[in-house]
Amino acid sequence: MRTIQGDPPSNGSRPAGRRMFLGALAGALAVSPRLRAETPSAQDPWPALAPQIFPGQVLRDGSALLTIEAPYRAEDAAVVPIALRTTFPALDPRRARKITLVIDANPSPVAAVFTIEPESGIDHIATRVRVDDYTNVHAVAELTDGNLYAVTRYVKASGGCSAPALKQTADSIPLGTLRFREFQATEPGADPDRREAQVMVRHPNYSGMQMDQISRLYIPADFVEVLRIWQGDQLLLTVEGGISISENPAFRFSFKPNEAKTFRVEGGDSEGKRFSGSFPAQSAA
Amino acid sequence: MKGTLLRRRGVALLAGAVWIFFAAGPGGSDPVNAQAAAFTIQQIADGDYAHFGQVAMTTIDNAGDIANIGIVVGRDAVAIIDTGGSVAEGQALRAAIRTVTDKPVRYVINTHEHPDHIFGNAAFASPGVTFVGHRNLPASIRAHGPFYLHSFRDALGADAIARVRLIPPTLLVDTTMTLDLGERTLLLTAWHPAAHTDCDLTVLDEQTHMLFSGDLVFLDHIPVIDGSLKGWLDVLPSLAALPAQRVLPGHGRRVAPWPAAVDDERRYLLAVQADARGFIAAGTPLAQAVPRIAQSERGRWQLFDDYNPRNATAAFSELEWE
Ligand SMILES: [Zn+2]
Repeated sequence: MRTIQGDPPSNGSRPAGRRMFLGALAGALAVSPRLRAETPSAQDPWPALAPQIFPGQVLRDGSALLTIEAPYRAEDAAVVPIALRTTFPALDPRRARKITLVIDANPSPVAAVFTIEPESGIDHIATRVRVDDYTNVHAVAELTDGNLYAVTRYVKASGGCSAPALKQTADSIPLGTLRFREFQATEPGADPDRREAQVMVRHPNYSGMQMDQISRLYIPADFVEVLRIWQGDQLLLTVEGGISISENPAFRFSFKPNEAKTFRVEGGDSEGKRFSGSFPAQSAA
Repeated sequence: MKGTLLRRRGVALLAGAVWIFFAAGPGGSDPVNAQAAAFTIQQIADGDYAHFGQVAMTTIDNAGDIANIGIVVGRDAVAIIDTGGSVAEGQALRAAIRTVTDKPVRYVINTHEHPDHIFGNAAFASPGVTFVGHRNLPASIRAHGPFYLHSFRDALGADAIARVRLIPPTLLVDTTMTLDLGERTLLLTAWHPAAHTDCDLTVLDEQTHMLFSGDLVFLDHIPVIDGSLKGWLDVLPSLAALPAQRVLPGHGRRVAPWPAAVDDERRYLLAVQADARGFIAAGTPLAQAVPRIAQSERGRWQLFDDYNPRNATAAFSELEWE
């Protein structure tokens, strides 16, 4: 069992030392998939889950500020594309400081926590997750004023967490290998001052849900726990990941280019393995 | 354990086809309400028989009877190639074999790990029977079997799942192996690298030149990528070089000439590869690329919408690490 420490409370209403469980089978959030009903409406885990993840916090309706893009029916439960997007009215100076992605029905519901640096310009983050059942997905954004806003979306998929890892092909790439790509913003109407980048980590991201039928033991969870991405000396994004992130974790995000000539990525997995890489910036002058 | 689901409603020989009725569905233990499905085998060459599974997804009603099964009768013994997608189907298969030969089943050859090919194994487990498979098959069944039992529970029904036993092979094929059934030799080939899965095995009847390809060959039913797209394309030339004359594919309700039978599948896999590479190079995100991959193949395959998005997702995830 592994946990990572959450940020210190930003106001008095939250108990100190609160932990966000991102790892396998962690404490009270280890909801057994066998005990759940097939639809979230039949037994919605969220009312019990939300106070554990955000103790003492009021979750406001975030539908004006935050969207989750996800397929209603996931084609492959082990690789479900999820995108988070924030939009603020011109006169609203607030920005998202942190976004927590929760897959309600997964054995470890907190899939990822994205900490967004104020000057990064990040308003869009996409990744791929495992979805273990028919479930609601929640995104909860903590804004720069300290308020929390939540949105939800229903995804129909099952078996993602125990889905077998993709087979390694003959040209096996070493665990911890990083890939970095920059893209021109691809969407119509995208902010011309922003670019997009993608970080990929070669890692099985074992969920700890896969059982060895003969030993009756679960393959221990081994997953990418943290990634930090810098543009030059400017930290852009910190990703705290859990077992709900797909094999070979991939994160794509928008950002505001600065004059930096390189991007730097540092990360580590739950077994203590560290990885890092430096990549030339295409947008450098 | 529930009592047997198998009910022999009748056995009749019709125009070379053997019809066995097996109960499929939740009413299987109730003879009045049981939904009986006809289970047929037919001769495809001298001593070779086939059961053609439906081109469909597994449902309670079809009891997992969606894959083709091969039967080879030698002078001394019988070998079967795959056992179907439920114990009820395996039992219907066993009954059907008895209508064409009284020789003992000596070998149960599993072409790979997928439930529609191995969930009938329990119907054949007995002291005189040897289970045969690719050297990677035991590990694949260990790693993925529990996932299949969980994820197929809804599709197949809890009663049918409760009867399944995961039986790994004890006779393992590294590269090639010959089995002798008496005046009838079978050439088994274990394929590398991963293709449809990472444990694909083919069986060639060296007397009739009939190839039992398992899921390395799909006809009419869209190919399913659960191993490696690039691996599958790498394997195809050697596969096509096997000295066969005809093939019983893993899916698709016909026997086809060899090696022309792989042409459709190769064209589909190349289309998936070319499109996925194109979207990756253009920087298109996975979610936007998947619905656009291999659309030129729409209309050429059954179950296209059931599997093409999954294939596209698997291909994109594999090829973005090229
Ligand atoms: Zn298969």
